Amino acid sequence: MIWMIIGMAVVTAIPRFLPAVIIDFIKFPKWVDRWLNAIPYAALGALIFPGIMSVKPDAPQIGVIAGMAAILLAWLNLHIILVVGGAIISVFVLTL
Amino acid sequence: METHAYKRMEEINRLHMVKKGIFAGLPIMVGYLPIALTYGVLANNSGLSILELTMMSVFVFAGAAQFLAVGMVAAGTGFIEIITATFVLNFRHFVMSLSFVNRLKNIALRAKIPLTLGLTDETFTMSALYRKEAKEDYASWFYASLILTAYASWVGGSLVGGLLGDVMPERLSESMGIALYAMFIGLLLPSIKKEHKIAIIALIAIGINTFLQSLGMSQGWAIVLGTLLGGMSGIWIMNEEGEDA
Repeated sequence: MIWMIIGMAVVTAIPRFLPAVIIDFIKFPKWVDRWLNAIPYAALGALIFPGIMSVKPDAPQIGVIAGMAAILLAWLNLHIILVVGGAIISVFVLTL
Repeated sequence: METHAYKRMEEINRLHMVKKGIFAGLPIMVGYLPIALTYGVLANNSGLSILELTMMSVFVFAGAAQFLAVGMVAAGTGFIEIITATFVLNFRHFVMSLSFVNRLKNIALRAKIPLTLGLTDETFTMSALYRKEAKEDYASWFYASLILTAYASWVGGSLVGGLLGDVMPERLSESMGIALYAMFIGLLLPSIKKEHKIAIIALIAIGINTFLQSLGMSQGWAIVLGTLLGGMSGIWIMNEEGEDA
């Protein structure tokens, strides 16, 4: 078991720190900078969907509806903790 | 006397950045806690000792991969397969780390390496929204505080989950599965509101990720490709500063 944990730690750590080591040796052209600046938004999109449908795997619509509640709350400029709280309550109510 | 006053100012600035970092990390702490507790319970039920399941959180610090590993252990899968699956699932952090360090040119390598080791989906995306801090003094203290707040919650929650077992009512812990998704939405929406074009980037990423997963590609690679190709649309949409074009 300990070797599994060490193995998982190594294959997770290398992709994480490698860019820190190599970044000082490369000068990216401007268009790559723009690409990298867009990565957070693309990552957020890819992380949200379709993963959100697996919140209740047997009822994918529950994750989607709670997600829409979160979109609404975020659109109203509520603090992110309230957005999270509102989504949790939505799922709780929907599964009553 | 003057140098003393100067030093005092430096300390105040540093403390200010640490406090700001902890504050920025609080939503992640809230989002991680129920997930970490659930992980601790599941890992313990799958036969990992308290020490093992906590060490996994300390050294791996990657929620989805840890859940996957625990599930595979329970199913009797071999270690090599578990490690390979972990690599595939976590390779997205390479892309995120590249985007992260590209904004932290002023930070020394000895600070950048530990910071990147603390990158998760949540710490990365949260940090990305605080890009102004990267140019300020004590930027590394800010990001380190943000990451450590999340890390403490993840490791502490895992340990408590393993020790206490199922303390949360099942209905409640099930409802809390939405927490991280809601957090991602809460991080993305303000940027879209400020600059509608950002929605295009996110939607392309969603489309590619969904399409590739429907073809049967593993979740890990589909997210990597969705992120890379969705981000590529930013070449035409973003400006260099990463603010709105």
